[in-house]
Amino acid sequence: MSFQPVKFYQTGTFTVGNRLLAPEERSVQASGKRFNSINSGHRACQGCGEALGARYAIDAAMEATQGQLICANATGCLEVFSTPYPETSWQIPWIHSLFGNTAAVATGVAAALKIKQKKNPRAQEIRVIAQGGDGGTTDIGFGCLSGMFERNDDVLYICYDNGGYMNTGVQRSSATPPAARTATTMAVGPEPGNVFGQGKFVPAIAMAHEIPYVATATVADLRDLEAKVRRAMEFRGARYIHILVPCPLGWGTYSSETIKMARLAKETGIFPVFEAEHGEIKSALAIRRQLPVEDYLKPQKRYAHLFGKQPNVAVIAKLQALADRNIRKYKLLEGV
Amino acid sequence: MTMMDKPFAITLDPGSSLANRTGSWRTYKPIYLDRLPPCNATCPAGENIQGWLFHAESGDYEAAWRSLTENNPLPAIMGRVCYHPCEGACNRQHVDSAVGINSIERFLGDEAIKRNWQFVKPATQSGKRVLVVGAGPSGLSAAYHLARLGHTVEIQEAGPFAGGMMRFGIPKYRLPREVIEAEVQRIVNLGVTITLNTKVSNIEASMQAGKFDAAFLAVGAHIGKRAYIPAGTAAKVVDAISVLRSMEGEEKPMLGRRVVVYGGGNTAIDVARSVKRMGAEPIIVYRRTRDKAPAHDFEIEEALQEGVMVKWLSTIKQAEEGEITIEKMALDDKGFPQPTGEFETLAADSVVLALGQDVDLGLLDGVPGLDVKDGTVQVGPNMMTGHAGIFAGGDMVPSERTVTVGVGHGKKAARHIDAWLKGETYAPPPKHEVAAFEKLNTWYYSEAPHVVRPTLDILRRQSTFEEVVGGLDESNALFEARRCLSCGNCFECDNCYGVCPDNAVIKLGPGKRFSFNYDYCKGCGVCVAECPCGAIKMVPEEN
Repeated sequence: MSFQPVKFYQTGTFTVGNRLLAPEERSVQASGKRFNSINSGHRACQGCGEALGARYAIDAAMEATQGQLICANATGCLEVFSTPYPETSWQIPWIHSLFGNTAAVATGVAAALKIKQKKNPRAQEIRVIAQGGDGGTTDIGFGCLSGMFERNDDVLYICYDNGGYMNTGVQRSSATPPAARTATTMAVGPEPGNVFGQGKFVPAIAMAHEIPYVATATVADLRDLEAKVRRAMEFRGARYIHILVPCPLGWGTYSSETIKMARLAKETGIFPVFEAEHGEIKSALAIRRQLPVEDYLKPQKRYAHLFGKQPNVAVIAKLQALADRNIRKYKLLEGV
Repeated sequence: MTMMDKPFAITLDPGSSLANRTGSWRTYKPIYLDRLPPCNATCPAGENIQGWLFHAESGDYEAAWRSLTENNPLPAIMGRVCYHPCEGACNRQHVDSAVGINSIERFLGDEAIKRNWQFVKPATQSGKRVLVVGAGPSGLSAAYHLARLGHTVEIQEAGPFAGGMMRFGIPKYRLPREVIEAEVQRIVNLGVTITLNTKVSNIEASMQAGKFDAAFLAVGAHIGKRAYIPAGTAAKVVDAISVLRSMEGEEKPMLGRRVVVYGGGNTAIDVARSVKRMGAEPIIVYRRTRDKAPAHDFEIEEALQEGVMVKWLSTIKQAEEGEITIEKMALDDKGFPQPTGEFETLAADSVVLALGQDVDLGLLDGVPGLDVKDGTVQVGPNMMTGHAGIFAGGDMVPSERTVTVGVGHGKKAARHIDAWLKGETYAPPPKHEVAAFEKLNTWYYSEAPHVVRPTLDILRRQSTFEEVVGGLDESNALFEARRCLSCGNCFECDNCYGVCPDNAVIKLGPGKRFSFNYDYCKGCGVCVAECPCGAIKMVPEEN
């Protein structure tokens, strides 16, 4: 387990805080003194999962590094909504890269910091994070990312996966799940929505690089997410965290249901939550109350074509099979 | 500042996104509210159950007890004899099982007795005098609340002990007498005078004699109802209340070995279980079926476990020395029992009638303005009888006859008496909307099954008057308290503060809860969806 859950103080560790827990047992987000790395006034949509996921992750990293952090950010939703020139929501040293080269920029920053450290060994060490959406990570920036991995550069790369290019009008990315409707995978024809058998799951590719640390997380499991960021900062070399961040706009869900959707993705097995070290799986966050994939699909308009007058049971069964495979592969029912 | 002062390639100072007041996007806004937990909504004594559990959860039992006794001065008694409708309404039953509110109440009550916690006396005295007639639950409750409001209270009780039906109607195995003594003594310590063996036979005369400004009548109902049963001269037919009362005295009632108890209410069960403990063989005869019986099912269950026999669908036609004749009944389409013409004889040394109780209204003879209907005194919504200054409550007014309802009447009457003495009218504060189960997000509560109270071994239950149901200890009482979902009332879990994508929730610090920063709240509603206890709701913006 990546974090030790408190068994039972009314809510255990499921809630953000809990007045019955000692302050050190509460989450970073429960603290009145959290960094708020990405501040109010950003232009993300109502209920944005990415804005939330970024604050969860970067606040945890700031806590782990005592605020000694530089962040490179790929072009994409996160950058666009947080930094319309000349305003910024970031309260940390932050640099905007191109869409495709944020891993390389972070590598450069880390290299420069290494030289600076050599020149002034007594200076407090500064750590580097690169972050981007699934488009900038799994498609456009993938070459730079793989390079960063294979060189084992001392960077934590965080991908906020909302399953598409949401900022430019919801186009398909290689992280868009099968059957999902996007502007470029319309719900028309004999096989509506995104095609089965395409796309990639970058956490598995990251593991294949045998880098020190790979983890997945969602905005529905804050304690787990924070523990993984903390753990990642204990390693040197290339690290990768892939966070599922539901997008009310692109998924066609209520803005209030962002966390619920992430929870359903995990509880149905659609999105496996696990961590791996040096290419080997070390833990999986167990499903608490297993649900059929319909419970996850139905609230999303991007899957509405599966639930017309005649539900498309064949496609739903294929999606259920993908979830079942995740459950088997990552041992999601027992947890590891 | 000139361009030359800025770093390479920088032409503008970075501005903060705080300049962008995203609150203007909102069409709905979240607001914090307190909803009424279903336990509180159903409590006949008007306890703030969620409120006192909040203190118990953190292990501050004294604060919990003080919060509880704001509304009910008898938690150790209530934790034993209350039929806990709160648990029937508890939202946790839809998650796993209801919170054992009653058992925690008893724990707090017992803890208070053990630690000798006392009530705080009022800072000032009003100088007004109130007479309370009857030291049962209703009278004790009224006296307690009136005393806390600064009035001088005297209870006049006809019997030799305080407690009323709690003492003379509830057997020891359910309510040990030392518990009554301790909770009554604490009310006396608050400054209430209890005068025993003083039957008020004329309320106006008693009020005049003691210069009382107001009176609260709570004489209860303890005249056993009789039913006409043709009986031979040697047949022994007695009423249930006198049987239970005589259990309190030195001379135990002489009922013989085979005791037939006639009725299907809690009193019938109490009598049957009591005589079982005296070595008799009780048989309950009831004209309808178990599910139609007014007794609480758990009491029937405990009685059956202890070996009490029951003849359902039977009426007594005739009682003779040593035997009775019963007739089998059958329920008709409407669920009413109808005679079948089938008879049976049962050996019976005595018949105990447990058919309900009437009120002794003698003390009200000649009082003008009173309205007596169906043997009970009619009162207004303020608990005042038709005679100004005379209030009434408990079993003597039309209501469900339980200790908890009596305690509730006492509190309600005390508030109205207090207002009446000041020449005001008491208006209760408006009630919050009920925190229904759909308002909760139970994902956040971790699994925690109900703690079961230990139950006394069956052999000991059949032969002794030891308390049947045990109490919780400190560790499991704390566990049980923490099972509370805090329905509708913020318990500071930090969820709203954590889950806001816009940092638009302000944490105000321990005990102060949270507020919204409407400059930046976009109205997404994530906080509402993720609030475990339903203490936030969305409302439309005004323009």
